Amino acid sequence: MTDAISSFGAVGRPVSIHTDDAAKARLKGRYRAETWFKWLGAAAVALAGLFLLLLLSTIVTQAIPALRQNYLTLPIDLSAAKVDPAKLDAVNYDAIAQEALTAKFPDVTSRQDKRLLRGLISTGTGVFLRKDIAADPGMLGKTVDYAVPLDDFADLYLKGLLADVGSDEAISTSVTPSQTSGDIDLTFGDAAMLALARGHGATEGENGMLTLTSGASSLLVAFNSGTVKLTALSPGANGTAVAKGTVIEALDSTAPAASGQAFLRVIDTPEASRKISDKVIVWLDTLKSAGLIESRFNSIFFFTGASREPELAGVWGAVVGSFLTMIVTLAIAFPIGVSAAIYLEEFAPKNRLTTIIEVNINNLAAVPSIVFGLLGLAVFLNFFGLPRSAPVVGGMVLALMTLPIIIIASRASLRAVPPSIREAALGIGASKVQTVFHHVLPLAMPGIMTGTILGMAHALGETAPLLMIGMVAFIVDIPGGFTDPATILPVQIFMWADFPEAGFQQKTSAAILILLVFLVIMNAIAVILRRRFERRW
Amino acid sequence: MKKFLLTASAAALALAASAGYAAARDQIQIVGSSTVFPFTTAVAEKLGQSGQIKTPVVESTGTGGGMKLFCQGVGENTPDFTNASRAIKDSELETCKANGVTPVEIKIGFDGIVLANSKAGTVVDLTKEQIFKALAKNVAVDGKVVANPYKNWSDVDASLPATKIEVLGPPPTSGTRDAFVELVMDKACQEEVKTANEKGCGETREDGAFVEAGENDNLIVQKLEANVNAFGIFGFSFLDQNADKLQGHKVDGVEPTFEDIASGKYGVSRSLYIYAKKEHVGVIPGMQEFIAEYTSDAAWGPEGYLADKGLIPLPDAERATWAENAKALKGMGS
Repeated sequence: MTDAISSFGAVGRPVSIHTDDAAKARLKGRYRAETWFKWLGAAAVALAGLFLLLLLSTIVTQAIPALRQNYLTLPIDLSAAKVDPAKLDAVNYDAIAQEALTAKFPDVTSRQDKRLLRGLISTGTGVFLRKDIAADPGMLGKTVDYAVPLDDFADLYLKGLLADVGSDEAISTSVTPSQTSGDIDLTFGDAAMLALARGHGATEGENGMLTLTSGASSLLVAFNSGTVKLTALSPGANGTAVAKGTVIEALDSTAPAASGQAFLRVIDTPEASRKISDKVIVWLDTLKSAGLIESRFNSIFFFTGASREPELAGVWGAVVGSFLTMIVTLAIAFPIGVSAAIYLEEFAPKNRLTTIIEVNINNLAAVPSIVFGLLGLAVFLNFFGLPRSAPVVGGMVLALMTLPIIIIASRASLRAVPPSIREAALGIGASKVQTVFHHVLPLAMPGIMTGTILGMAHALGETAPLLMIGMVAFIVDIPGGFTDPATILPVQIFMWADFPEAGFQQKTSAAILILLVFLVIMNAIAVILRRRFERRW
Repeated sequence: MKKFLLTASAAALALAASAGYAAARDQIQIVGSSTVFPFTTAVAEKLGQSGQIKTPVVESTGTGGGMKLFCQGVGENTPDFTNASRAIKDSELETCKANGVTPVEIKIGFDGIVLANSKAGTVVDLTKEQIFKALAKNVAVDGKVVANPYKNWSDVDASLPATKIEVLGPPPTSGTRDAFVELVMDKACQEEVKTANEKGCGETREDGAFVEAGENDNLIVQKLEANVNAFGIFGFSFLDQNADKLQGHKVDGVEPTFEDIASGKYGVSRSLYIYAKKEHVGVIPGMQEFIAEYTSDAAWGPEGYLADKGLIPLPDAERATWAENAKALKGMGS
């Protein structure tokens, strides 16, 4: 009994073959190697997953701000005095919108400030206004409340991407202004303000004078329905502090503000290192607190063409261009690819020539895509004289690139159809062509479709071959046909990534997300086709 | 199935063939420099918005590539304008003429090339000689030409910080690089290096101190943010747009500011051009409108929208002359 237990382990494995210590050590070593391998494999998968997660989360967090756009509602005067209904195209709509905005800030008088203020709204305002009036002439003849998109910097500021702004804090002492506008003196009831300025990068001068340069944080004091920007501070009599400041928004009186009535706002990012000035920030905050600014779904981004202004740039032109290009690619690559595969697999004699062709098709699948672009330039543009930047040429180049992929995938799925199907068909008297088209091809179709869709997805993400044929270009108009100039999604991403304006960073990520969505949909269709229709033998 | 395949391929072939007989082009095509690209696209969009003509198509091919396409000949398949971040070369002008192309030169403004680093980094004040010493492949030490021995900025000049020399710059294919070599490296070139090798002045070191960062200037900006000790070389418009992250440095004592580049005080600046094809005026619709829009004060003036995009405008008198020439379509060499 004891013998039996000792020769068979608890799991019923014969232990007797691992009798000596060396064999036992070897066994242990083999188990250890297996465990190691499993763990390494799992770690590799986990690491890859982690990178993917990191990449996706970076793109998604960057893209989210681009999905919304801030609009400013302004009372636009479209009375007959401003807009002549007979000459709608000759009207300067931008000027009308800018007038409505400057009317909100009657205090802004200097030319430079007016220019800053006008810059708050997008330069595309006039275009939107003209389009909307053409669509709805009922707007004419009265003053309408109309929402105009804000300029990219104003928009980024409101999204919190341009400057670090502290919240408003009540000042726990009295504040007395000397005047209501211009450069004024402010007297604070205690000296707490001095310490605060020191903490925010003020430069210390003689007699305890503190200067807030453009390299220091901005300190804004809001009271008496106005705002003052502090420029310098010094200790005053009886423990008070005297500040010099510039009025950004006029005060309504010189009455002292009691403790808790004035508010301090600190903008940590110094004015010199941001693209938005203190004035613009104060104006935007005023408009926002008046409830005139509204964040909406960014329909401009989804339904317009490209633009040099971040707030006006959209992906629709690129999406349409991609669609047109893919149609051409599919129309050329699918029939030719499948026909070639059928001939090579079912009809062609197996000789040296077909072997050479086969090897070359496999090689073509590995040729760098830029080579196809060069071919397109030399053959389609220079020899055939087809138009530059046109989806028809792009589609033809990409079709050349996807052809080998489709042929290889189609041949593989034709080969997977068992010979018994062919023999049965031929056995009951079907011709070779009938056998192939009535029996083999329908069974191979799901595999062919899957291969085609994967090839198309590959083509959808390609930019290099299009560089040569002029599809990497700035094209505003949305293409209406196969010969109109067009660009495609990956090219749009590439170009936005290269623009200097900060607003394009979010647009780039959002466009990447859209491209990813298309690719995921195409791959999902491929998976569904395979699951649903593929027969296994 | 067979029928389907046959019709589909027939349709595809017909489609491919018919494209060759497209209607005459009614849209301006522009190629050329990536530096001028942001400005030309802005003008193109403005013109398209106004509804006068179809929005021109603008490609960024680089100055040299643009010239090649532009000078290829006259006809619908060749571009109507090319952007250039330098003046046309004599050899290019000859090719143009040989192919029957008369270019109309329009100088549109200036661009400064800046040396910048992250705001968190140190501020330096460099001379062109110091930049040459830090970046040239071969330098003269005690009268002998040797491979660049300097590791730290302080090795170049004792007044500079003791940090490693690490500069990201554009590759040789870039117009920015051409201009940088011409304006800094050639100017500050040491006599010994020049005599030793005619082209030696423009060669940058390959030991890791100078990194070619690719044509994408945004990439350089991102790398500078991540690496406090590194410096970058790129166009002023990128410094202007990223003023919250980067600081520009003085070269020969002059800070790269809008005003100092415009006045010519800042030494590392170049002129930007567009070239129009005279033969296409009146054939391709919108050529004159495009020239008029580009040379209007609302576009290239000191307060125009191109200045907002980072173009540094020409002085008033010069602007007026160029606008006049452009309007009269004064061709080169004719």
